[in-house]
Amino acid sequence: MLTITDLHASCDGKEILRGIDLQVNAGEVHAIMGPNGSGKSTLANVLAGRDRYQVTAGAVNYQGRDLLSMQPEERARAGVFLAFQYPVEIPGVSNIYLLKAALNAVRRSRGQPELDAMDFLALVKERLALVSMKEELLYRSVNEGFSGGEKKRNEILQMAVLAPSLAILDETDSGLDIDALQTVSAGVNALRSVDRAFLLITHYQRLLEYIVPDVVHVLVDGRIVRSGDRSLALELERTGYGSAASPQSSA
Amino acid sequence: MSNRVPDTTEKYIEAMRARDDAAREVSWLRALRQTAAARFAEAGFPGLRDEDWKYTDIRPIERAAFMPLPADAAPPVLASSRRFLIEGLSGPRLVFINGRFSTVLSLVDGLPSGVTIIPFGEALRRKSQVLAAHLGRHAPADGHGFAALNTALLTDGAYIHIGAGVRLEQPVIVLYLATANAALLLPRTLVIAEPDSQVTIIEHYAAAADVTYFTDGLSEIAASANAVVEHYRVQEESRTAFHISGVHLQVGRSSRVSTHALDLGGRLVRNDVRAVLAEAGGECHLNGFYLATDKQHVDNHTCIDHAQASCKSREFYRGVLSGRGRTVFRGRIVVRADAQKSDARQVNNNLLLSRDAEADSLPQLEIYADDVLCSHGATVGQLDGDALFYLRSRALDDADARDLLTFAFAREVLDRIRIAPVQAWVERRISAALRLGVAGGMGV
Repeated sequence: MLTITDLHASCDGKEILRGIDLQVNAGEVHAIMGPNGSGKSTLANVLAGRDRYQVTAGAVNYQGRDLLSMQPEERARAGVFLAFQYPVEIPGVSNIYLLKAALNAVRRSRGQPELDAMDFLALVKERLALVSMKEELLYRSVNEGFSGGEKKRNEILQMAVLAPSLAILDETDSGLDIDALQTVSAGVNALRSVDRAFLLITHYQRLLEYIVPDVVHVLVDGRIVRSGDRSLALELERTGYGSAASPQSSA
Repeated sequence: MSNRVPDTTEKYIEAMRARDDAAREVSWLRALRQTAAARFAEAGFPGLRDEDWKYTDIRPIERAAFMPLPADAAPPVLASSRRFLIEGLSGPRLVFINGRFSTVLSLVDGLPSGVTIIPFGEALRRKSQVLAAHLGRHAPADGHGFAALNTALLTDGAYIHIGAGVRLEQPVIVLYLATANAALLLPRTLVIAEPDSQVTIIEHYAAAADVTYFTDGLSEIAASANAVVEHYRVQEESRTAFHISGVHLQVGRSSRVSTHALDLGGRLVRNDVRAVLAEAGGECHLNGFYLATDKQHVDNHTCIDHAQASCKSREFYRGVLSGRGRTVFRGRIVVRADAQKSDARQVNNNLLLSRDAEADSLPQLEIYADDVLCSHGATVGQLDGDALFYLRSRALDDADARDLLTFAFAREVLDRIRIAPVQAWVERRISAALRLGVAGGMGV
């Protein structure tokens, strides 16, 4: 599904990603862990097409296409979804309007007819239950005045409505209390399927208690220094990122 | 004042002298006109050296020397005049075409008792005393030359009187329609809301396409104790027209007056809104939306005078600029020494869609009391890059995302319009003017 080869990226002239190699197959859940400033969020944003970051070398192949040559909206239509670490507030645009515009943009690009209001509402209400989100939030401006937990639920709701092939969750667990974390995780787990892949970006092992990954990668200073199974996350919890980066423990 | 063109001032003074019906006029009106004429002769046209006019060059108006139409000029027959009526809006209606009252298009039948909606011509016959007590009394006598010009050459206007305790459900529509080239048009609106009354007024300025003229309008709104007045000024003059307006609000004890300035048209536009919170407990809301595309120039000056204690004012103006659009917002709030417990808030936001557009925002607070709450905020900026990326990451293409954010920016102030047909009308006009791919109804 996703093959990243020797990816280098900078921001404001400063190199942040220094040669990422990663292979994610359909149906898999990969966790990317690492200390602050290691480049986790940069990787997520580069994959989504944020123009603040400049790719200086490397390639990203997504379902046989050159992902880096695609506009952000083309990536979204091709099934790439980024759940933002800091979801943006958009006063004046209702949540439900955005959901509908987004879904219909995806459907149009696939040659599918737009959903009418009734079918769309039925779909949204079904997905709303998945993230235990209050219906009234649909009619409010996007993320405006939402609590931290409501914003993250809203991201997962958008994901559930758009049904992407590759979902990248950028620190979706940050700032969540345990109840919200469980709800959000349950939502993600419900969306796991053989033809969908997840990239979970997180600072803490805690999220991985609820969403069990197939592979865990450790990102330090813009490179993946170790990869392993779930036990790697537990080891990091005990020993910290310092030891993971040291050469003798490198995979 | 070498940069001035003296001819036009003199032409107007001559026109004031030459009015042939002056001798037949009632004495109070003659006196009102004479005072205004004297004021005009004294003040003349404002120049760039006047602090209040330094961003708005009105010399093109002077150069064009627009003249009043002759009193006997027949109002044009308009085949498609209905297209100027806001769709879906019903209520009593006064229509003026080129400043002349149109009996054909107006509609003032079956009004509840206590409600009088008539042109000045009729008010002079039937309501001369009330008219005399209010006309020209709510706008300051020492105003700028344009206000004086309106009064001195006054032709006709809308007289709206709501008796004590009367609540008029339907909005009153006053349509000022322009179809004449080179004309000086002097629309005038007088609203008197007696104690405990309620009324909504929509002043609508519209034009046949491609006419160049000068609208010099003046509105006076007097709200007595506990009255609730909602006022709209929907300005969609032709793109080559000049529009200068004054809206003067007198806010009585515990009354609530709202005004919405919706500026969509015109080549050079200047509005002065002045609200006097004259008695304790009064409340005023000034909302504004302005659009400046291509080479439009839109200048909004507001002044809220907290003259007495325990009054509240809220001001929210937003503008969208594209092309070489140019806007000015000056929001003055004065809190007098006796006006303790005043509560004033002012916000002005400007969205620039092009590099060549320019917005100035000038808040001006003058506070002479110590126990007050006053705040202001002004921004001039472009579309939020984070929001744009967020929308694009949700599959919206760049152009759609920009349109949506632009529309949403405007919508925050348009949402304060309480009359759905007016809101829909204005939203459609904005979408068309900015060629947005979104139009009203962002529901599902």
